[in-house]
Amino acid sequence: MKIAPSMALTIVAFAGALLVLAAPSIAKAETDCLSCHGDASMQDASGHSVGVDAGKFGASLHGSLKCVDCHTTIKDYPHPDQVMAVKCETCHADQAAGLAGSVHSLKAEHPCTSCHGDAHAIFPKGDVRSAVYPLNVPRTCGACHGNDAMAKKHGLPNVYPLYLDSIHGFALSNEGLLVAANCQSCHGSHHILSRKDPLSPTYKANIPKTCGNCHAGITTSYLGGVHGKAVAAGHLDAPVCSDCHTAHAIEQPTAAAFRMQSTPICGNCHKDKFSTYRDTFHSQLSSLGGYVETARCWDCHGAHEILPASDPRSPIAPANLVATCGRCHAGANASFVQYQPHANARNRKLNPALYFVRLFMNLLLAGTLTFFVIHTILWLIRSRYDQVKRKTAEGGKNA
Amino acid sequence: MPDLEQAGGKSGEQSRAGGRFFMRFTRGQRYLHAVLFTTFLGLAATGLPMRFSESIWARKFASGVGGFGAIIFFHKLFAVVLTLAFLIHVKDIFTRALVHREKGIFWGSTSMVGNWKDVKDLFGHIRWFLGLGPKPQFERYAYWEKFDYWAVFWGMIVIGFSGYAMWFAPFFAHFLPGWALNAVLVIHSEEGLLAILFIFSIHFVNTHLRPDSFPMDMVVFTGVESEEEFKHKRTQEYERLKAQGKLEARVAEAPATWLLNFSKVVGFTAIFIGLLLLVLTLSAYFS
Repeated sequence: MKIAPSMALTIVAFAGALLVLAAPSIAKAETDCLSCHGDASMQDASGHSVGVDAGKFGASLHGSLKCVDCHTTIKDYPHPDQVMAVKCETCHADQAAGLAGSVHSLKAEHPCTSCHGDAHAIFPKGDVRSAVYPLNVPRTCGACHGNDAMAKKHGLPNVYPLYLDSIHGFALSNEGLLVAANCQSCHGSHHILSRKDPLSPTYKANIPKTCGNCHAGITTSYLGGVHGKAVAAGHLDAPVCSDCHTAHAIEQPTAAAFRMQSTPICGNCHKDKFSTYRDTFHSQLSSLGGYVETARCWDCHGAHEILPASDPRSPIAPANLVATCGRCHAGANASFVQYQPHANARNRKLNPALYFVRLFMNLLLAGTLTFFVIHTILWLIRSRYDQVKRKTAEGGKNA
Repeated sequence: MPDLEQAGGKSGEQSRAGGRFFMRFTRGQRYLHAVLFTTFLGLAATGLPMRFSESIWARKFASGVGGFGAIIFFHKLFAVVLTLAFLIHVKDIFTRALVHREKGIFWGSTSMVGNWKDVKDLFGHIRWFLGLGPKPQFERYAYWEKFDYWAVFWGMIVIGFSGYAMWFAPFFAHFLPGWALNAVLVIHSEEGLLAILFIFSIHFVNTHLRPDSFPMDMVVFTGVESEEEFKHKRTQEYERLKAQGKLEARVAEAPATWLLNFSKVVGFTAIFIGLLLLVLTLSAYFS
């Protein structure tokens, strides 16, 4: 079709007229509301701010919406003093449904704005101005979860300071690392569930998967080890990531503090192994501090893919012991690795030689001391008796 | 009558000061004892925190001196010094016996080696404790002194060997079975504990704190003792030397005041540290 130049001109003119007519009509609607609410200090009868920063709102995610799109109960002017609260779920149905089934379901305590901030200044979560921007999430959640009174009221730990000092919190707050885990990386956002709920990403059985969202390689190792297999088989006594690394106060595993504190964690379950470990030089070294290199559980057993000695891939499999011990003990040989890091000198059946050595040493100690303690006490009494007798005979005082 | 008493005290002091002194220990023996008790205190102070690594004082002490690294460094340092002293002592004995052909080192009244008289003395002593017989007269070294000596000698070998076996475990593993590497820690710590308990209670009381020597026998520091003490404590040796006409050869100068004072400071410090370690050991052992 061929359009005459005059026709084209008419179309352009018509479109232009539409624009000219339409633009003032939007501006007019907002101006109507802002003529009152544009005053930032405006308050309603109960003292709540009802002022709107037009500039901020215009730049926000909802800036293209009309006031009445959200404030749907307002039809005319003047509007009633009492207006109904805005229903975010009208548009955000999925999020609202998620929130309704979550630990934050009580709407009066957890309105959308408690996390998303000022309703007239909402930005996309990828925008640094958003309250739910990854680097802002901990501060947003911390407003409640860093509050002692609130933590006490709900019987929750005050986790915010723990998180901030953790390896995740440090990466996030000090380095601005967007991929560092923030609260919602593990807990989710709208549909947050108690860790006791089997559907929660923080439910014990789900934790490997949750951490594995970022730590994929470690999780694969873990799932191949005895603990991962046990948890997968439903044995929830077995440790998951957070049992050793904690949930919020996660430290760099090579840090001295972590190395110092972690052996008893294994000992919570492996009581007999912990007790025999404490009899050894390895434990004596580690208890005294200042020497973090000494062998702790995972230095020999591995940390994530823990395998029984019967598995040829295990670092404690007989064929691998020279290499495993040799990591600290230069010159370790086949005879050296027969050393038993968990020998029990009190168990005659398991360690007969050690049992009799200890028995002999104890008898020697007890026998020698018993004899000489008696000998010395008798001697003391007799010497003193003689001394007093001698001095009395000499006519002096009794001393 | 305080005047008389004071006068009596004074005259006693004078007679002691004016009396003769006899040499008991050579300079070398005194130095050996000094090295022995210094390194022993050091080894005990650094060994006990390892033995009782779970106790609070052990951790506090360890962190105070720089953690485990410092503890083990000083433990090894003292061990090496003590080992050298031990080797020098053994070499000295064999030199005296084999090169100088000195008599009475391995046998006889002046030897450290036990003999039948020691057995009789032990039973005689116990009978005397119980009021069943006369007090035995002792020679140069009494049976409990010989026990002290051989206990240390045996302890040096046992604790030393087990200690070096742990220090150089991969090397010792060439000729020790695997279980022995476990056993050496048990041996080292039990024998060490025995030595500590024995020295800080039995040796301290027998040698220093018993009424005849209270509060401290200075002879091992000054090397000399008064005629009165010599006669009372080692009657048989005194009588033998007198009979042999060798008594005069043993007469020595009275100890200098500075040496006495210095010895007292060192000696009491050592006894104080020892008793403190004994209390800590017992508290950790029974907790």
